[in-house]
Amino acid sequence: MKLECVPTVSELGSISILGQITNISAALKEGQVTPTELCQRCLALIRSTQFLNAYITVAEETALKQAEESEKRYRRGQPLGELDGIPIAVKDNFNTAGIETTCASNMLKGYISPYNATVVQKLLDGGAVLLGKTNLDEFAMGSGSTDGVFGPVRNPWSYSRQYKEKIVPRSDSEPENSNWVITGGSSGGSAAAVSAFTCFAALGSDTGGSTRNPAAHCGVVGLKPTYGLISRHGLIPLVNSMDVPGILTRCVDDAAVVLGSLAGHDPKDSTTVQDIFQPFALPSLTDVSKLSIGIPKEYHAPGLSSEILAVWSKAADLFKNAGAKVVEVSLPHTHYSIVCYHVLCTAEVASNMARFDGLEYGHRSDMNKSTESMYAATRREGFSDVVRGRILSGNYFLLKQNYEDYFVKAQKVRRLIANDFVKVFGSGVDILLTPTTLSDAVPYVEFIKEDNRTRSTQDDILTQAANMAGLPAVNVPTALSGRGLPIGLQFIGRSFQEKQLLTVAKWFEKQVQFPMIQLEEVKKHDNGVLQHQKSASFS
Amino acid sequence: MAARGCGGVWCRVLQRGPGGSCSASRPRRAVACNARGGAVPLGQSGLAPWAAVVGLEIHAQITSNSKLFSGSQVQFAAPPNSLVSFFDASLPGTLPVLNRRCVEATVMTGLALNCTINKKSLFDRKHYFYADLPAGYQITQQRVPIAVNGSLSYSLCKDNKMSQMVTKTVRIKQIQLEQDSGKSLHDDARSQTLIDLNRAGVGLMEVVMEPDMCCGEEAAAAVRELQLILQTLGSSQAIMADYEIQRQIKELENGGTVLNETRAFDSKLGCTVPMRDKEGKQDYRFMPEPNLPPLILYDAKSLPANVNHQQVVNIDWIHERLPDLPSVKRAKLVELYGILPEHSFTLVNEDGLMDFFEDVVKQTQMKPKKVIGWILSDLLSHLKQHSLTAKESPISSFLLADLLNLLENGDISSSAAKQVFEELWKGEGKTPLEIVKEKQLELIQDQEELEQICQAVIDEREKEVMAIKGGNEKVINKLIGLVRKATRGRANPLLVKQILEKKLSE
Repeated sequence: MKLECVPTVSELGSISILGQITNISAALKEGQVTPTELCQRCLALIRSTQFLNAYITVAEETALKQAEESEKRYRRGQPLGELDGIPIAVKDNFNTAGIETTCASNMLKGYISPYNATVVQKLLDGGAVLLGKTNLDEFAMGSGSTDGVFGPVRNPWSYSRQYKEKIVPRSDSEPENSNWVITGGSSGGSAAAVSAFTCFAALGSDTGGSTRNPAAHCGVVGLKPTYGLISRHGLIPLVNSMDVPGILTRCVDDAAVVLGSLAGHDPKDSTTVQDIFQPFALPSLTDVSKLSIGIPKEYHAPGLSSEILAVWSKAADLFKNAGAKVVEVSLPHTHYSIVCYHVLCTAEVASNMARFDGLEYGHRSDMNKSTESMYAATRREGFSDVVRGRILSGNYFLLKQNYEDYFVKAQKVRRLIANDFVKVFGSGVDILLTPTTLSDAVPYVEFIKEDNRTRSTQDDILTQAANMAGLPAVNVPTALSGRGLPIGLQFIGRSFQEKQLLTVAKWFEKQVQFPMIQLEEVKKHDNGVLQHQKSASFS
Repeated sequence: MAARGCGGVWCRVLQRGPGGSCSASRPRRAVACNARGGAVPLGQSGLAPWAAVVGLEIHAQITSNSKLFSGSQVQFAAPPNSLVSFFDASLPGTLPVLNRRCVEATVMTGLALNCTINKKSLFDRKHYFYADLPAGYQITQQRVPIAVNGSLSYSLCKDNKMSQMVTKTVRIKQIQLEQDSGKSLHDDARSQTLIDLNRAGVGLMEVVMEPDMCCGEEAAAAVRELQLILQTLGSSQAIMADYEIQRQIKELENGGTVLNETRAFDSKLGCTVPMRDKEGKQDYRFMPEPNLPPLILYDAKSLPANVNHQQVVNIDWIHERLPDLPSVKRAKLVELYGILPEHSFTLVNEDGLMDFFEDVVKQTQMKPKKVIGWILSDLLSHLKQHSLTAKESPISSFLLADLLNLLENGDISSSAAKQVFEELWKGEGKTPLEIVKEKQLELIQDQEELEQICQAVIDEREKEVMAIKGGNEKVINKLIGLVRKATRGRANPLLVKQILEKKLSE
């Protein structure tokens, strides 16, 4: 079937683009909807939500081509799997052959990679349709998705009925659009893209919380898998020893589907585990009485909003009331985590950024007095203050005279933090339950009052310990705040126990019935039966 | 001698001044040669002689089909930038994948140098900005290298006398794996620098020797022995740029000082040249390479049960398969053939000469002790004169054996044999026998004929005969010479002497 125009609403019949991957996949198989129709629909939605600034590059042409290929496979009755024909988006720090990869930096503007990141390749091999590349903080350094050269990402919830109803205009003098809230970051583009239903799943990256933090603010599921489970080959690194490709989806089941297609050893990444990964479908738990949920007291951190604390307590009670064992536990070295993270992060950043010298690729300054002056000018023009600041501090920490005092010490503390988790899990706790963020999303105008470093320190505080320890963690949208914005909670599991982690997350997701975003733009593009339309039962 | 990049070795000399501190130079060049040289005063007096202290850091390019961390081919003289993977060009998002062959070659070298092999070694990043270092850092093993605490025994002749060999030992501090850099070509006319990344990422072994050597000769002998070991193992082609060692020897002998500098080998000039001024004190900001897990090596004991053998390196397995090292080969030569120890050195140290010698021995009835003379004084001097290796000799081992058989059978005299050798060297495809026939060099076998010639000489030389009979026996040599002249060297001098003596006593 050749499509010459954007399908009208009726052409999609009763299929909602608000559904989850498994449902859409079934609909594709039954021919109720075609990959091209789906792709067109998503592209239209991307256009009408352009003001969110979620995408840096929309690869319309290649996406439609991929959809067409997928359609042929469905027609032959040979789809490649559950992801065949499913529109997805990828954070712009993953290499995509033939599509610009910028890291939201002047340094890589216009850079087209000759290869696909392993995760991108796996998605394409599974038949997924790549819609485009999503916005982020420059080189993923940030927690707001506000510090990239393509401008800040706007949180779709800023435009939701839920938020609009609650928001009290601050003063008449302020323009209405100053109320929009940030997405969190650094994978804010991916979170916004999923939240606004422009794609069914998106890849983020998570170094200190960069997937879970925006997932919490945008009301989507954000999974940071165990370090070593998913290949980093092709992910432009922030901190190699902590980076993990993250998965952003509408629901926990979808996260498991995407994880299944990405996980496993990659000969191109020596830090991936050799064990064979068995993709899994999540069981529906009926009995949680054998579960032991740990509540780490240190996550009751300074600055935690009372609203989030209340949601956290309520969630603990929910488990308790359902028969699970809920215990307070201690991760005593949590307090040191953020300073430690700062040292290790900047040190690796200093090292990883050394390759951007203007010689082999990327921006090159016109300055040609000498090789050294060319380097200096290239790096000054190519990197933002935030990036240069981190490079500078990282190099300071790595100096011979400072190495022992900072880097080595930070590594030792990192070991202590990891051991905290080992002890807690060794004591019989299955899953840890914590808040993901200190508060709901703040308006952009508020957010930029503090500098990037201060913001990152505050915003990563509840998430980055899992990166230090390499553990899997997932944000599950839980409730709406008083301002009508999403609040998410974080579950942290044992290494490589994604199945257990997501099974518990799925049970929790079902209990809390997080409300669906009410967006004009989405409504316009969907006629299907809105699912989860019930108002929040958990707030 | 090899040009840069062709299976090269380079070593670094660090200066150890009277203060005794070693300062590191920038270890980046292959086939440049650096030594830790310096001098320490022997006595308190300012006039006391200085003793040189030499330590070496030798970088040997590992013989391997692909680079240390990427699948790019390793090949000499390929078109610029034709052997560059995405990783070699440091494209963002690429990761290193360790080449198993490079690990095995280094373990093998460590074992041959009596090192302790670390079951767990680590990789580090060493940072500096340079145009031919695309990532801005080199991956090396600064903290825990593959092999440590070894030793290398080497011999050298005392006072330049081959008969007085002394054996010395230098301690090996460590052997580490690291990446080579690319190549910068400076075009001064257009003030451009051109970068060739073909060599970027090629695997190097850095062998660090303690400053146990006292002069350039010792350093040169140690390096030569190491080179032989690497070639025997096949872990590196180790085609050594001797230039630098020789330059340093000269420098030291001329009483100059060896500066702490990194030098590069210029193949056109045939010497090493200073690369650049030391950029003051460099802080390399070392840090662990986060993309490579610790390198774990196993032995028979620690090898996990159900492990994929393609995935692990077994030290014991490599140990069992080590070939005979040069020192063992020499001992075997002395024992097997009864040759002198110093001759065994020459045989082993000269490329291909030992095999040549053994091939000749196999094909001739001549005793090895006699064969060695032909090999060392005739063949080797000709080879050296023409800068050839034994493999390139125009006289094959088969032809030489043929020639030596003629000599051994008494078919020709040794002077005739030398003539035949010269003819053979021309490489005209004639056999020794053909040459002998052509030049009528065969000894006169006919006793009667010889007796007649002797009688004729006696008859002609009444004066000399009288002298001999009068007791001056030395004069007989003159008669022997005359017989030789008459036969154009075709008479066996011993036989001639016997005949003359017999006739004169009649």
